[in-house]
Amino acid sequence: MVEFEIDGQKVQAQEGWTVLETARKYGIHIPTLCYHEAVKPSGACRLCVVELREGDWSKVVISCMYPVAEGLKVFTDSERVKNVRRWILEMLLAECPASEEIRQLAAQYGVTSTRFAIHDPDQDCILCGLCVRVCAEVVGANAISTVGRGVHKQIGAPYLEPGSDCVACGSCVTVCPTGAMRRRLDAVRGKPKVELAR
Amino acid sequence: MAKASNAARPEPQRLNSVEELATLRQELLDSKDPNQAEIVVCYGTGCLASGARQVEAALKKALKAADMDVKVRPLIKTTGCRGFCSQGPLVVIQPEGIFYQKVSPQDAEDIVQALAQDAGPVQRLLYRDPKTGETIPHEKDIPFYKLQERLVLRRIGSIDPTDIYDTIAAGGYQALAKALTSMEPEQVVAEVEKSGLRGRGGAGFPTGRKWRGALKAIEKKGRPVYVVCNGDEGDPGAFMDCMVMEGDPHAVLEGMILGAYALGAEQGYLYVRAEYPVAIEHLSIAIEQARSLGLLGENILGSGFSFDVRINRGAGAFVCGESTALFTSIEGKAGEPRPKYVRSVEEGLWGRPTVLNNVETWANVPLIIENGGDWYAGIGVPHSTGTKVFSLVGKVNNVGLVEVPMGVPLGHIVEEIGGGVPGGKPFKAVQTGGPSGGCIPYELKDTPVDFDSLKAAGSMMGSGGMIVMDERDCVVDVARYFLRFLEEESCGKCIPCRLGLTRMREILDDFSRGKGSQKDLEDLESLAQAIKDGALCALGGSAPNPLLATLRYFRDEYLAHIEGHKCPAGVCKDLITYRIDPDKCTGCTSCARMCPQGAISGEKKKPHAIDESACIRCGICLETCEFGAVEVF
Ligand SMILES: Cc1cc2nc3c(=O)[nH]c(=O)nc-3n(C[C@H](O)[C@H](O)[C@H](O)COP(=O)(O)O)c2cc1C
Ligand code: SF4
Ligand code: SF4
Ligand code: FES
Ligand code: FES
Repeated sequence: MVEFEIDGQKVQAQEGWTVLETARKYGIHIPTLCYHEAVKPSGACRLCVVELREGDWSKVVISCMYPVAEGLKVFTDSERVKNVRRWILEMLLAECPASEEIRQLAAQYGVTSTRFAIHDPDQDCILCGLCVRVCAEVVGANAISTVGRGVHKQIGAPYLEPGSDCVACGSCVTVCPTGAMRRRLDAVRGKPKVELAR
Repeated sequence: MAKASNAARPEPQRLNSVEELATLRQELLDSKDPNQAEIVVCYGTGCLASGARQVEAALKKALKAADMDVKVRPLIKTTGCRGFCSQGPLVVIQPEGIFYQKVSPQDAEDIVQALAQDAGPVQRLLYRDPKTGETIPHEKDIPFYKLQERLVLRRIGSIDPTDIYDTIAAGGYQALAKALTSMEPEQVVAEVEKSGLRGRGGAGFPTGRKWRGALKAIEKKGRPVYVVCNGDEGDPGAFMDCMVMEGDPHAVLEGMILGAYALGAEQGYLYVRAEYPVAIEHLSIAIEQARSLGLLGENILGSGFSFDVRINRGAGAFVCGESTALFTSIEGKAGEPRPKYVRSVEEGLWGRPTVLNNVETWANVPLIIENGGDWYAGIGVPHSTGTKVFSLVGKVNNVGLVEVPMGVPLGHIVEEIGGGVPGGKPFKAVQTGGPSGGCIPYELKDTPVDFDSLKAAGSMMGSGGMIVMDERDCVVDVARYFLRFLEEESCGKCIPCRLGLTRMREILDDFSRGKGSQKDLEDLESLAQAIKDGALCALGGSAPNPLLATLRYFRDEYLAHIEGHKCPAGVCKDLITYRIDPDKCTGCTSCARMCPQGAISGEKKKPHAIDESACIRCGICLETCEFGAVEVF
């Protein structure tokens, strides 16, 4: 048993748990986008950040991967945490203006407009990679991957060529936090006309 | 590099003991006449680019033609970078150490004749001290070299890096021999701990502590353990690691073999960026030669200890220099970082305990083992021991590679070793630590160059890039440059870096056009903090540093852009105007002839004028005018 504090509340966790797992067990809410119990965490969206403090020392980490340790002092809503979260939500509003889910999430945290330039008004994928991970780790089909690097990164069938690896299980659609995968499935499986995944 | 040495070499024969290595070394030393002349041609990247290959060919030809006259036929040898790249091509005559600079093929005959006739050095090729105007014949007396302390670079410039015998004669593999005969593996770790060596790849993590951590992880998880060398060197303007790998590949290998011995590793990896073909070639040759002599591979020097290395070519992505991305890249997957809450010494390559160190870090290890950790700890300053190699570039007279003890004041490096800014004005700032670092302004030129002092000044050591800026460098432009670089290099995995860097760059783009407000500055600072806190890896996490450091020291210059709509350095094109001062203009017409737009008009010997509407602000007129009549404001 590991004992530590989240927002001043004493909590207990099993050795090997993450901060997020512990918080959820206690009903302490931390927003997440790229985390799902079914697959390994990847730490891509950074929305689940929390602050650790010890005297003068303080550090921001992601709760979905940070392992619990005795005596941690975790803060889920400190100024530093809020600053990161607000900026990420603003970024997401600009990156995925077409996602209702993102808009609602942002609004929950008081973010309703963005200072970032919107490049594609139809975009709804946040590149969290959940679809890719579920397809590889749970389904074992490896029909989707990320293609390209940096700002050019996209989700699609490998090499953006529709292939025959997809088994049409729909797992990716289920885990997708923004509903983006629904629109993309045909591009993975190879129906013409539909625009390829971005 | 062509095999240039024409010395008779023994057939490679496996060395089965440390004694056999000692015998070989003695034979090599005995076979060499210390008075025999040697013509040493620098074959470093800089000198090759300025024509060293042609110089070498011409020297060979001249030697052949002069054969009759030359009493003792001198040898030609090619080496790695001597560091003084701005003076290349360089040729040094040994054993006296006569230093010839800016040598062209036409000079070959004179060089050979001077040697043949014992006529003293060729005067016109000697280095001239810009301060005193006097020629300095010997390399060791030139201020650029005299003020350095070359330990890591000690053999570079004197050995042929493609010839292992040359390295052995110069003391290579002596540290390995010592460790194998007189040190337990744990003692090697202890010695590195004692030395205080900190990683030269960026973060300055204590190397001994890292190795100790790996030993602890091995206790828990068992072996295999891997040792890995980070030769990805991606900072713009940095070329230290490249020169070490090219110029003394055995130093890196020997360091890795020692590390492997200390940790009980059987396999090592050298991750080298594919843009460094010569480094890869020299390392490959070195590995082959070390294997054939039994210094690498099975049963090294008959000790029972086995270790081998392989080279992995980096795909050229900057982020692949980050430890976890480097591991995934070696594993054959896309080079993307992962959070490091579990340390690499516990879970690194293939999920195994792994020690990753930088090229220069590894190259320091043989020095420490040979001379002892205490000796090493005595060099430099208490918390930053040893020396550091820097690539000195930018607005500085002596561009090149310099090695100094840690703790030397920044100004000393730039002004004494680097010879200051061309034109003699003080420098404006020095960017250290590349795109993750920051700038140190002239006022802080006494800042000791060590890990902690640079950090306290808002910059960092980084891998050792040093870019000197003068009054014609704009800090907004510099910050934009680094941000643009990182924006391109972001792997795109995490949101703050993938999207945030672009936004920061966009705000700076606006600044450079004179647009922006105090509010934008505040936004920029809060966004920078969010990226620092939120990004997954240190690429994103340190990306705001150049911006924050320039803001800290040059806030006025930022305000001049957004409030005064002026670029004081005269760089941001939208904010500057070129004008010719009629009082200074002599009407020489050179600027008018050079202007690509034909925007300058005027009669001969009468003051000229620039048509502002046609001017594209390229600055060519400013550089052309010999009378200082062109002004930017
Ligand atoms: C984006 C990024 C790029 C890096 N590139 C390099 C590199 O090219 N060479 C290097 O030695 N270390 C690089 N590092 C640092 C490595 O992650 C690692 O700290 C270092 O290789 C460890 O070796 P050291 O302790 O000997 O310095 C980079 C780090 C980051 C975040
Ligand atoms: S399609 Fe959905 S699950 Fe896949 S990366 Fe985009 S947002 Fe994530
Ligand atoms: S900080 Fe940048 S480079 Fe590092 S993981 Fe995030 S996107 Fe990739
Ligand atoms: S949920 Fe933790 S990083 Fe996305
Ligand atoms: S390449 Fe010759 S001195 Fe650097």
